[in-house]
Amino acid sequence: MMASALRGSLVTLAKGLSGARLQPFCARSLSLTSSQNVSESPPARADSTFKVTMVPGDGVGPELMTAVKEVFKAADVPVEFEEFHLSEVQNMASEEKLEEVLSSMKNNRVAIKGKIHTPMEYKGELASYEMRLRRKLDLFANVVHVNSLPGYSTRHNNLDLVIIREQTEGEYSSLEHESVSGVVECLKIITREKSRRIAKFAFDYATKKGRSKVTAVHKANIMKLGDGLFLQSCAEVAELYPKIKYENIIIDNCCMQLVQNPYQFDVLVMPNLYGNIIDNLAAGLVGGAGVVPGESYSAEYAVFETGARHPFAQAVGRNIANPTAMLLTAANMLRHLNLEYHSNMVSEAVKKVIKQGKVRTSDLGGYASSDEFTRAVISNLAI
Amino acid sequence: LADVSHVMGAIKTQSPLPRTFSRGIQTVTLIPGDGIGPEISTAVMKIFEAAKAPIQWEERNVTAIKGPGGRWMIPPEAKESMNKNKIGLKGPLKTPIAAGHPSMNLLLRKTFDLYANVRPCVSIEGYKTPYTDVDLVTIRENTEGEYSGIEHLIVDGVVQSIKLITEDASRRIAEYAFEYARNNQRTSVTAVHKANIMRMSDGLFLRKCREVAENFKDVKFTEMYLDTVCLNMVQDPSHFDVLVMPNLYGDILSDLCAGLIGGLGVTPSGNIGANGVAIFESVHGTAPDIAGKDLANPTALLLSAVMMLRHMGLHGHAKKIETACFDTIRDEKVLTKDLGGNAKCSEFTADICRRVQDMD
Repeated sequence: MMASALRGSLVTLAKGLSGARLQPFCARSLSLTSSQNVSESPPARADSTFKVTMVPGDGVGPELMTAVKEVFKAADVPVEFEEFHLSEVQNMASEEKLEEVLSSMKNNRVAIKGKIHTPMEYKGELASYEMRLRRKLDLFANVVHVNSLPGYSTRHNNLDLVIIREQTEGEYSSLEHESVSGVVECLKIITREKSRRIAKFAFDYATKKGRSKVTAVHKANIMKLGDGLFLQSCAEVAELYPKIKYENIIIDNCCMQLVQNPYQFDVLVMPNLYGNIIDNLAAGLVGGAGVVPGESYSAEYAVFETGARHPFAQAVGRNIANPTAMLLTAANMLRHLNLEYHSNMVSEAVKKVIKQGKVRTSDLGGYASSDEFTRAVISNLAI
Repeated sequence: LADVSHVMGAIKTQSPLPRTFSRGIQTVTLIPGDGIGPEISTAVMKIFEAAKAPIQWEERNVTAIKGPGGRWMIPPEAKESMNKNKIGLKGPLKTPIAAGHPSMNLLLRKTFDLYANVRPCVSIEGYKTPYTDVDLVTIRENTEGEYSGIEHLIVDGVVQSIKLITEDASRRIAEYAFEYARNNQRTSVTAVHKANIMRMSDGLFLRKCREVAENFKDVKFTEMYLDTVCLNMVQDPSHFDVLVMPNLYGDILSDLCAGLIGGLGVTPSGNIGANGVAIFESVHGTAPDIAGKDLANPTALLLSAVMMLRHMGLHGHAKKIETACFDTIRDEKVLTKDLGGNAKCSEFTADICRRVQDMD
């Protein structure tokens, strides 16, 4: 009971950071059991379905979203999706589309999305649609859960890391200019306010989830002012949480330690670019981009997406992408919506299929197609 | 024994480098460094003596001094020695966080225009890590990029760091990477970038790499996003061959690759400069906690010295010393603490010296 209340209140927690006075998300008067054995049937649903914004994105995004929809249908999940197809590479992007997506998200407050690919060529705007979406919704914290899947062994087993990345500033400021012909300057912006905000988020998250250590990742020996400010902000916030151990580590040493001894880390917090690198590195440690779920939080909204965000364009139409990451993300989303029963049902089914090892997609060394995997998950739903 | 080539054939022209030549002995500037630097430098000198390598060492110190005009610079004796000998071997130097003077390594780089940092990462037989089939080289642009050192405090609480990418530097490093690939029989060069996010800066770097690739049709050229490289590197490092990238990514990736083969204690590294200058170094830290206690592992500095021998064309001696080192590690009888044993640095060195002498 306590656990579900705790988990569901991450949005409330994030809200508290900005101090905004907002309506509680919706009157959920259901009392849900949060035990592991979900053999009892769900209590009668009083209200209607939840509405969630869905942006499939590019590459294998649409295929993965189909998998999510199929599993939700089979599990009878009371969630209704509002789909928007926003894509820069497929020429389906425009200001109006972006506005539509934003207003839908502002209404529903919860979204699930795939990766909106950023092409390398740019026409005028240096910031991609994905970045602008993040900035407009102020999705400042990206959380990636790196957990080893039981039954699938990699070089490092039993990993349990949380990677928290500041997502709105840093190297991704899109402030570039060519000062002289042949010389390009790119600005990296670090502010005390945002560094403090992400540090506070990290420590609050660690406290809520019962984690023992937060490690800040930086390169302050070279970027003394920039990363130095980030580090200082983290240290200041750390003093408010005496129960949580605080350490810091330089990014290159961190990468090295992650491949040699990743068990020394618990929660990691870092600015934008390093977050991108470590997210992907850690995802690779437990099995790749196909198995790691993640989410992005702002003070008011929660957007659920996979941990390592790649469109995986070479797999489009070949039915080989691994739906695990997206299904686990969807399960996390259900937990966020306080649909504990359905959340556990979906995640248990996925984990069971992986553990059995008979149906696995090619990235995990198997021969199954995405469809086959989805069907295996559906048949394993403990309804 | 598998013929593992750690050759660093970096020279643009095939003519021999101008170096001080006296009775066939070549002089090399030695910078012992701080912390464990002096001990491991002594170890390397002993091993070279046992192998009868025609090297004469000139020791120099590079602690920063404030020159005229208030700018920090390295002592003039060190600079002169390096310019004369062209080849250097360096131990670890201290880089303090938020101190008064700039990083020593940065200073060295600026003084000699060391634009390319080359780190070959090959799995060491006998030193088991979870990754057994690593054989790649990271070539990192070392003068600009995110480490330009240009930072400003805009208003209180807002800091801006400038990342600089220039056409010339990008072209130079791309050319070096392709030449290295050609001289060392490597099949492909991969440019690592984040041009989808940093569209102008990394876009420029990528364009230059593509242009240079046109002139080297015998080497395969691919480009990959940094996050994809990280993702694939930890799952299957055998896919990668030569990687070329700007400064920050290179720093991170080269340390990542060093972690795959066993850490900084066993990774060699070389820096190539503009006027034929080449400084080989061990990239680990100064390890102040074990300094002076005869516990340090000289492998990294030794392998860098081997890289140096190959660069100078002394392949016979290089092979001898490298084989002796790998044999000692494979035997597992005399290993320093970080390699899993509990021998002293001097014992480890003595074992290698004995093997080298036995080979004659």
